[in-house]
Formats: sequence, structure tokens, C-alpha cells
Amino acid sequence: MTTTTVALPAGYGDLRELVGRLTGDEKHDRSAMSTLDVLWVLYDRVLHISPATADDPERDRFLLSKGHGPMAYYAVLAAKGFIPVDELSGFGEFDSPLGLHPDRTLVPGVEVGSGSLGHGLPIAVGVALGLRAQDRWRPRVVCLIGDAELDEGSNHEAIAFAGAASLDNLTVVVIDNASATHGWPGGISTRFSVEGWSTATVDGYDHDALEAAFTRVPGRPHAVVAQVEKKE
Amino acid sequence: MPTMRDRFDKVTSDLLAEDPRSALVLADISADRFVSAAQAHPHRVINVGIREQLAIGAAAGLALTGFRPIVHTYASFLVERPFEQVKLDFGHQGVGAVLVSVGASYDWAAGGRTHHAPGDVALLDTLPGWTVHVPGHPAEVEPLLRRAMAAPEPAYIRLSERSNTIPRGIASPRFEVVGVGSRGTVVAVGPMLDAVLAAVEGLDMTVVYAATVRPFDADTLAKTLRTPAVVLVEPYLAGTSAPYVSAALTHIPHRLLALGVPRDVELRRYGVPEQHDRAYGLDPHGVRQAVRTFIGA
Repeated sequence: MTTTTVALPAGYGDLRELVGRLTGDEKHDRSAMSTLDVLWVLYDRVLHISPATADDPERDRFLLSKGHGPMAYYAVLAAKGFIPVDELSGFGEFDSPLGLHPDRTLVPGVEVGSGSLGHGLPIAVGVALGLRAQDRWRPRVVCLIGDAELDEGSNHEAIAFAGAASLDNLTVVVIDNASATHGWPGGISTRFSVEGWSTATVDGYDHDALEAAFTRVPGRPHAVVAQVEKKE
Repeated sequence: MPTMRDRFDKVTSDLLAEDPRSALVLADISADRFVSAAQAHPHRVINVGIREQLAIGAAAGLALTGFRPIVHTYASFLVERPFEQVKLDFGHQGVGAVLVSVGASYDWAAGGRTHHAPGDVALLDTLPGWTVHVPGHPAEVEPLLRRAMAAPEPAYIRLSERSNTIPRGIASPRFEVVGVGSRGTVVAVGPMLDAVLAAVEGLDMTVVYAATVRPFDADTLAKTLRTPAVVLVEPYLAGTSAPYVSAALTHIPHRLLALGVPRDVELRRYGVPEQHDRAYGLDPHGVRQAVRTFIGA
């Protein structure tokens, strides 16, 4: 267990230590941390959210649909001040709000409770619809899913409808570590583009490329495929 | 006479006009009934196509942005098909919605098993915090729907083509005492009331009418109970409310007869609902025979 003190606001260089507080392990290979860089870029450069605006109707919404393995997510939330750093060490314990799958009613800044795959994107479609119905055009909705999570049919209900509805306030980022059992012939981005989405495929560790890929595209929902190391 | 579905269409259209928090999510079913509402409120009347998992998930997303969405389709496709979405996308997220179904247990008897949903209320009973309304007359739909829209909890309204002749239970979510007798109490749920009243004629039974079944009005049942013999007559799976009767009467020894759609057989028949009533013993004759045997009359 690490005893180093992390000063807030924390930087990207502090994330490994914060994750260590969750796992009790100071070594983390890249494949186990497939979402870390994407999450950091989103919270550090892309999303208009902060602990002070966590309930602001005009905030951006980030929905972690791939709720298993949320250590990187909690670490980023702690780094950005949504949750106390001291809470990280209780990860998964009975009286900790930080479960192995996040619960939005327990953790400030968590927009959706997840864990069962294929729920986040349909909910994100509803959030995007709700913002549109309220004439809130500035906030965007970003939903993170995994390439294996795309196996769940509910995602394809959402992808088809969001394209048809031109939900341009919705962005999906697919963490592609090639873990889908039967793969995605033709490429993941094709699943989105045939439904009218714009797409970008980038190196999931390249912060500048990720930031550029998250640029909103008018008139269409947008999918970013972030390629990371293959799951072992 | 307008049906429950007709009343739902009208009241929902009124609510969309009155309440900016209201929204309607459809999965093609009944979309033709909301053409005008969709034109008037294009961003709050949302037809996602034949995608029921998305219908539930999208409604939850709408709720997360402050709306009180109504989701509407056939009971089998509203509760059973996307049940994990119902479980996780509303209560677990701390938000509510109003689910309004048509079809009930076997309204479209000729449609067969794929369009029958006798297990819908039993499924929702596995989840905490749901309010369940089972109107028995088209005139009951408006007050129940408005009550559900005004509350924060997730709510289910189970519409049916079957109807009693007289609307009841409009003023209060409590059970309504329809008749008082000394040999036991019959709890008639929603559209079962007319069959129950015909069945128990001359049998000296108390009859209470339940249009709101969750929360279960244990207080009225206990207070009106003169003989601890209870008959549940439910239009869905037999015994769905049995645990609630048991919980209401833990303080006294009691007997319970639970009538409803049997759990132990899939009736592979078509025809009309009245034929299914007879097959299940839910017609007045079948209910009367069962009650007489139960009370020894």
C-alpha cells in the first residue's frame, strides 16, 4: 500500500498512485488500465464538468457504461476532486461508496450506475433526448463502452435510433482492446457509420489525438474508437 | 364507450400539453394514436421503433434530465422483454417513470402466448418501490395516471380491454369496500370486480375493490375482516398478492384462496378472453364454485 500524499488538483502523473490506493498494487500493466488515458483526456480536456457544477443542468454528462473495473474512473474522479482521495482505499468494502461497479446514488459525479453491460448507451440516448427537449444545446453526452460490450443487442437499438434521430449531442467512445469473442468484422466504426454516425479511430493512449477526436460533429452523433492494447 | 386505451391516449395528450416535465416513449405500438401529440411536442413524444430495451433505457435517461416519462407498449414487451432495464435503469438509478401497458393477461386471446403477460405484476413485485395500478373501468384511468405522474416513484399502470360496468376507487388509492358480509372477504382486483360480484351473490361475503394494488392496502383489509377467510381474485398470476395478504394478517390465523391465471400450465388455446376466463375458472361460475368450496357454503 502506498503512503504517498497526492496534492489536489492531481495530474496525469498521479493517476497510477491513485489507482494503487484502490487496488493495493503499485504495478498496473496497460491492458488492465485500458480506459485510463481516455478518461483523463475527457475529464482534463473535453468535458465541462467539475465538482462545483456536478448538479448544473448545463453540465456535460459522462456515462461509464462499461462499469466493471472502475479503478481508473474512481482515480480520475478523485484526481479531479469529485471524491476524497482517502476514500479510494476502501474500494469494494461493505461501508465504502466505491463498489466494483459504480452506483450513481453513492458517488458524487457518477451520472449512471453500471455493471450490467449494454445499459449505458440507451440511457445516454435518453439523456441526449432530454437535453434536446429542454433546449439545452451546449451540454454534450459522452458514453464509454467496451468493444466486447457491443455484443449486447441493446447497444445496437441505441446506435440505430441515435443515428436516425441525428442526436449530435451524443458521443460514444468505444475502448477497443479486441476482447469481443467473435470480433467485429469490417471494424467497429462501421457499426456506427452505417447508421449515420460520424466516426474517428485513434490511439487510445495519445492524448492530443483523443482530444481532437472528441470534437463534436454537427448534425450527427459521433463515435470515437480508442484502440488500446489487446486484452490478454 | 371509450376504452381504457382511448382514455389513456386522451389523458396522456392532455398531460403532454399541461406538464412540461411529461414525455412519452413509444415502441411503435399505439404510435398512430399519438400523431397529433407528436406534432405538437416533437421532442417529448419519442417513438424509438420496435426497440423495447432502448425504450426503457431512453426513458431513464429522460428521467435523469428531470422528465417524468411515460413508456407505453404491450405488457409482454414493456415489462417482460426488457425486465433487466426496468430493474436497473429506474429504481437502481434513483429515478422513476410511469409504465403503461395494454394487453393484460390475455386481452388478445387469439394472439396466443407471445402476447399474453400474466406475470407482469409478479415480476415487478421482485423490485422495491413500485406503485402498481390496475384500473377496472375506463373512467379510472385518468385519476390513476394523473396520480402516477404526480408521484416520484416508478409506477406501472396495467390497462385492459376488460371492464367493470361502474367505475370505482377514483377518490383514493385505498381499497374500496363494495359490500359487507360475515363469511369472509374477497379482494377483487381491477376488471375482476364484476365477475366477483356476480359470483358471491347471496354468499354473505365482504367484497373490497382494489385498483391500486401496490402499495397493498393492508390496513383496509385488516380493518374490514370479520372472518379470517380471504379470497384474492386477480386478473394476473394466481397468488401474486398472497404474500401481501399474509403480511397484512400476521397477527391472526387466517385462510387464503388465491384465484388468478394458473401458474402451472401454459394454455395453448386462442379464441376470446371469455373462453380463457372459463378455462381458468375466472368467470363468475368458476369463481362462485371456488368460493363456495372455500367457505363451505
